[in-house]
Amino acid sequence: MSTSLVFLIVVAIGVVGYFLGRQRALTKDTGGLKPHSLPHYHGWWVFLASALPAVLFLAVWAAATSVYLERTAISELPARTADTVIASQSLELGMVSGIARGLNKLSNEEKANLPQTFVELRPLLSAKGVALAQDGQDYMIPIALEWNKNSIWANNIGGIVAIILAVAGAIFGLSGVHVRARARNNVERVILAALVAASTIAILTTVGIILSMLFQTLTFFQSVSPSTFFFGTVWDPRFAAAGAEGSQGQFGLIPLLAGTIYIAFVAMLFAVPVGLFSAIYMAEYASPKVRSVVKPLLEVLAGIPTIVYGFFALVTVGPFLRDLSAALSGGYAFIQAQSVLTAGIVMGVMLIPFVSSLSDDIITAVPRSLRDGSLGLGSTRSETIRRVVLPAALPGIVGALLLTASRAIGETMIVVLAAGVAANININPFDAMTTITVKIVNQLTGDLEFNSPQTLVAFALGLTLFFITLAMNIFALYIVRKYREQYE
Amino acid sequence: MNLMTERNLEKAVNDKMNAQPNAIKMQGKDVTVHYGEKQALFGVSLDVPEKMVTALIGPSGCGKSTFLRSLNRMNDTIEGCKIGGKITLDDEDIYNPKIDVVELRARVGMVFQKPNPFPKSIFENVAYGPRIHGLAKNRQQLEEIVEKSLRRASLFEEVKDRLHEAGTGLSGGQQQRLCIARAIAVSPEVILMDEPCSALDPIATAKVEELIDELRQNYTIVIVTHSMQQAARVSQRTAMFHLGNLVEVGDTEMMFTNPTEKRTQDYITGRFG
Repeated sequence: MSTSLVFLIVVAIGVVGYFLGRQRALTKDTGGLKPHSLPHYHGWWVFLASALPAVLFLAVWAAATSVYLERTAISELPARTADTVIASQSLELGMVSGIARGLNKLSNEEKANLPQTFVELRPLLSAKGVALAQDGQDYMIPIALEWNKNSIWANNIGGIVAIILAVAGAIFGLSGVHVRARARNNVERVILAALVAASTIAILTTVGIILSMLFQTLTFFQSVSPSTFFFGTVWDPRFAAAGAEGSQGQFGLIPLLAGTIYIAFVAMLFAVPVGLFSAIYMAEYASPKVRSVVKPLLEVLAGIPTIVYGFFALVTVGPFLRDLSAALSGGYAFIQAQSVLTAGIVMGVMLIPFVSSLSDDIITAVPRSLRDGSLGLGSTRSETIRRVVLPAALPGIVGALLLTASRAIGETMIVVLAAGVAANININPFDAMTTITVKIVNQLTGDLEFNSPQTLVAFALGLTLFFITLAMNIFALYIVRKYREQYE
Repeated sequence: MNLMTERNLEKAVNDKMNAQPNAIKMQGKDVTVHYGEKQALFGVSLDVPEKMVTALIGPSGCGKSTFLRSLNRMNDTIEGCKIGGKITLDDEDIYNPKIDVVELRARVGMVFQKPNPFPKSIFENVAYGPRIHGLAKNRQQLEEIVEKSLRRASLFEEVKDRLHEAGTGLSGGQQQRLCIARAIAVSPEVILMDEPCSALDPIATAKVEELIDELRQNYTIVIVTHSMQQAARVSQRTAMFHLGNLVEVGDTEMMFTNPTEKRTQDYITGRFG
């Protein structure tokens, strides 16, 4: 009995339960009382009572089954020795499950005279569309057969239990249909639980991401001390010499952090005035007609994938700035094609819609009565904006800007293409610098194993980045709260 | 039913006895207002005498607020609003293209229906107008203007210890008096009030009405109100609007005791509106 078939049966039982429950509620003698819930609520409650526990059980059972199958298979594998051909146990396990999957597709006749060696079995299975690696071993075949036997057994038990659960749930639900039974409230509680579960998933995922980064980072800090990472001024991971004697790479965060902040700063320098002014124009001056055209156009900018901005910077903006500087100085290009300026400007363009769209909403939210009050005292429009509207909107705008800044710091594709990879510390915006995100990409690109500091450093960098943006968001919240107390 | 109490009647009579014939401060001639396709005012001609309170009454949607807002061109801020006819301030056409709207609004101040203090301190709220118009040469003068305005709005004693706290933290009635102080601070000649007490409780309303009565010593006031009692208590002249037309205008006392138009009588006695 396959899991999907059981699932369908369970749902079918639930649907039948729905109609039975509704019917029962409709035909039940009210005895002069006002029914508490509408008939369809009784139907839904029967459906939920029968299908929900059974489906949850199926999910848990499926997870438990796969763990059980792997454990059994591992215990049957021959002990690993120095001459074991396969590189790791998980690889062996993968092969066994692959063979098991393939064996399931064979016809009964083929199963009856199954070849005893892997060499003979492999073409048979690949004819069925199951491709296996060459180095499978003969001893895996009986383990795979055992695997399949256990799997069928477990599935049958699980399926029967699930169907029993569904039927029992339906009976329980149906027996609860009374005139004053609170089916409506019960359904409400299940909906609430579902909503809570959905938001819990989001939170748990975040926690999971942090934990996974944290463990890798701790491994990294076993080989490189935190102080040399956080305060080191040289970034030189020595890829080529990885693993060689006495060639410990240097992992200094400072040059990357400096580059990240510098490029984000240049981007904000460009995006904030442009975005804020266009937001003010759209919110305060533009006629509805202009607004209905300009605002969507600006928001198109937000829809462009950042990789597109990246090659726009690489093939257009960078060379243009380089040639411009060459023309200005008469031959010597003092602006490099890949530079802080190039990356900053293009990133700034990317950020304009974020700044303008968020600020526009915030400025429009300032009540009209405040504008009227100021205009009624004889101030001009720009005085009204400067002295009344912007101060009232300030906490929201600061929040929007910090949100934008944390986006700038986490931005990857533009800087990968436009900022360069040289980990320099300098203050000349015309030179190349690099960022944390660029280095994460560099360290993780290629054929790697996650056991050397060269790759593990990516997790330390990621975690650092995460804490920087987290700190910025907390700071933004703090500012917004502080001003809100004062203003509302 | 006669809405005027004996005291108010007496006061109105005294007012009439003492009143000099006041000069005309503002004058509307055949004023029409369109909001897009919809016409809101159909040729209203109304004189606003100096240093008196003129009340505009009438059922909702009759155009009284529209007329009020056209007196300092606040209608300009509404999309698609067109104004015809002529409105003068001291015999000067305020819709003349050469007129500076900003300067006009400094001369004709406005207090709104809902108290709308700026999200600033009490002091900064009142100092706002003087600051943008450069009425104070230094901090000391500014403080004097703020104190004087708050005193005139009968608010100073209540807030003198917390001038630098947020104006939005005051009670509704105090906020409305703060807005009046803010309007006074730029020394306007005319103050327009658009249902200034509609968001206030009876006690706060009484205070604001008392204040309006005092302010007419120095200012010309035009007030829109839905409350007949309020019009009777605070105004010397009353204009009755209906469906975008001016039905009748006259001395308040006369309007409430012996209106010439049947519609006025029906409205003030509560038969419609």
